[in-house]
Amino acid sequence: MESYQPISATEKEIIEDFSMFETWEDKYEYIIDMGKKLAPLNDSFKTDDYKIKGCQSSVWIHSFEKDGRVYFEGDSDAVIVKGLVSLMIHVLSGHTPQAIIDAPLGFIDEVGLSSHLAQTRSNGLRAMIKQMKLDATAFKLKG
Amino acid sequence: MASTLPYDVQAIRTEFPILQRTVKGKPLVYFDNAATAQKPKQVIDAITHYYSHYNANIHRGLHTLADEATAAFEASRSAVQTFIQAKHHEEIIFTKGTTESINLVALAWGNAFLNSGDEIIISTLEHHANIVPWQMIAEKKDVVIKVIPIDADGRLDMEAFKKMLSPKTKMVSVVHASNALGVVNPVEDIIELAHQHGSLVMVDGAQSAVHLDIDVQKLDCDFFVFSGHKIYGPTGVGVLYGKKHLLESMPPFLGGGEMIKEVTFEKTTYNELPFKFEAGTPNIADVIAIHPAIEFINRIGKAAVRKHEADLLAYASTKLRLIEGLQIRGDVEEKVSVVSFTIDGIHPQDLAILLDNQGIAVRTGHHCAQPLMSCLGIVGTTRASFAAYNTIEEIDVLIEALNKSIRMLK
Ligand SMILES: Cc1ncc(COP(=O)(O)O)c(C=O)c1O
Repeated sequence: MESYQPISATEKEIIEDFSMFETWEDKYEYIIDMGKKLAPLNDSFKTDDYKIKGCQSSVWIHSFEKDGRVYFEGDSDAVIVKGLVSLMIHVLSGHTPQAIIDAPLGFIDEVGLSSHLAQTRSNGLRAMIKQMKLDATAFKLKG
Repeated sequence: MASTLPYDVQAIRTEFPILQRTVKGKPLVYFDNAATAQKPKQVIDAITHYYSHYNANIHRGLHTLADEATAAFEASRSAVQTFIQAKHHEEIIFTKGTTESINLVALAWGNAFLNSGDEIIISTLEHHANIVPWQMIAEKKDVVIKVIPIDADGRLDMEAFKKMLSPKTKMVSVVHASNALGVVNPVEDIIELAHQHGSLVMVDGAQSAVHLDIDVQKLDCDFFVFSGHKIYGPTGVGVLYGKKHLLESMPPFLGGGEMIKEVTFEKTTYNELPFKFEAGTPNIADVIAIHPAIEFINRIGKAAVRKHEADLLAYASTKLRLIEGLQIRGDVEEKVSVVSFTIDGIHPQDLAILLDNQGIAVRTGHHCAQPLMSCLGIVGTTRASFAAYNTIEEIDVLIEALNKSIRMLK
């Protein structure tokens, strides 16, 4: 779970990955693959307390802090959404609260994710990001 | 498969400008008609024409524009009256939709006539619009809501319904055709049984008005409600039909202009029907545009559209059944052109995203019927709903896209 490179570098990698895709199918297969690679979330976190509101599917995100860094775990009952959870965790997990709060996450627009997801679904993605940033803020205030 | 239908669907399609557009580079396949139907050019033109030529406030002005606007507005009322075979012109109240129509009855009638201990019956199939307004008035009036159960296919348990009826039953409010499953309820029987017990009946016709022949006199329902936007008309306009003596007995819903006869600071007397329930400046343009929507339906003919949609439904159902792990929900004979399904191991949201990327608009989720979904033990379904302008070829596109999506997700 250690993360050594800045968030912007991970974002850049994702943009590069996506730039190689020629079709929408490639993009989705990548996202679905990301979902399949996501480490399982312990069932004890699959409760309303960890559920993100504003999604049509169930999305749970659990966060914890270790040595000044915030780590995220998550899951969803929908595969594509799980891929998005995985992608966001890949980008944000293992960073300091401040780095997470400040992350502009420009890659989402740049890879065309928001335009590929209909409005109602990108709202879900936004809700997910908002929760991750809120968690980081909470750890910052505690720390 | 080449279309062999004796029905000129291509000609109909040319009347709907939106069907020319593409989505994500693919021709739009619009299968979300139960949510809202697309609009023929005549409907769109009627709105533009109103604002370009005779925009005026109605019923009050004494000038030419006001006269023309009033005439067009009242002509829409007459068209709706004929559309559902109401006995009197003034039994047609314009609202902003099914939701407002139900709320109007729940509030205006409920406030006046419900008492502690009374009972209201709804069904498991209801849209939230026919649940929440009753819960709101029930809480205020200490009234009990009873819910007719269904079987696994979404058929109402009529024996259970019969047992629920009693002298305490004051209102039975049921959906005519389920938006989530397409199942058509035996409203004739429900109305007859309820009346035997002295209860009123409201029929939520949001999904049925466009497909089925509606004759409120023959049905003998006390209230019938539907939305303009689901019958190829504009959003923001709906209809409440009520039997005249009932509407007359009900207090107004909103106070303001239009609904009054005389106002002094001491006392206000209310206008007569239908104006009593149409306070304020109504949605004139959209009410006017419901008229060409009804003309469109009449010109093609409900029976012809029904036949076409039944063919689409049968074809789609046959093809869908071939997909492994797919289960049609509400797989019954009596249905409007809605096919709702689940696929083992696949979340409806994933399907919707992948179908959208292939230009196909379907609805997924709980369809504003969460109690129904939990009764069926599912999180939601994927729903394709068909209209007059859909084609067999579009269903082929859907089936191919579905198979591809399933391959990607598995
Ligand atoms: C059965 C049923 N009832 C009520 C409604 C609510 O209609 P509206 O949103 O037009 O008020 C709908 C719309 O989806 C419906 O399908």
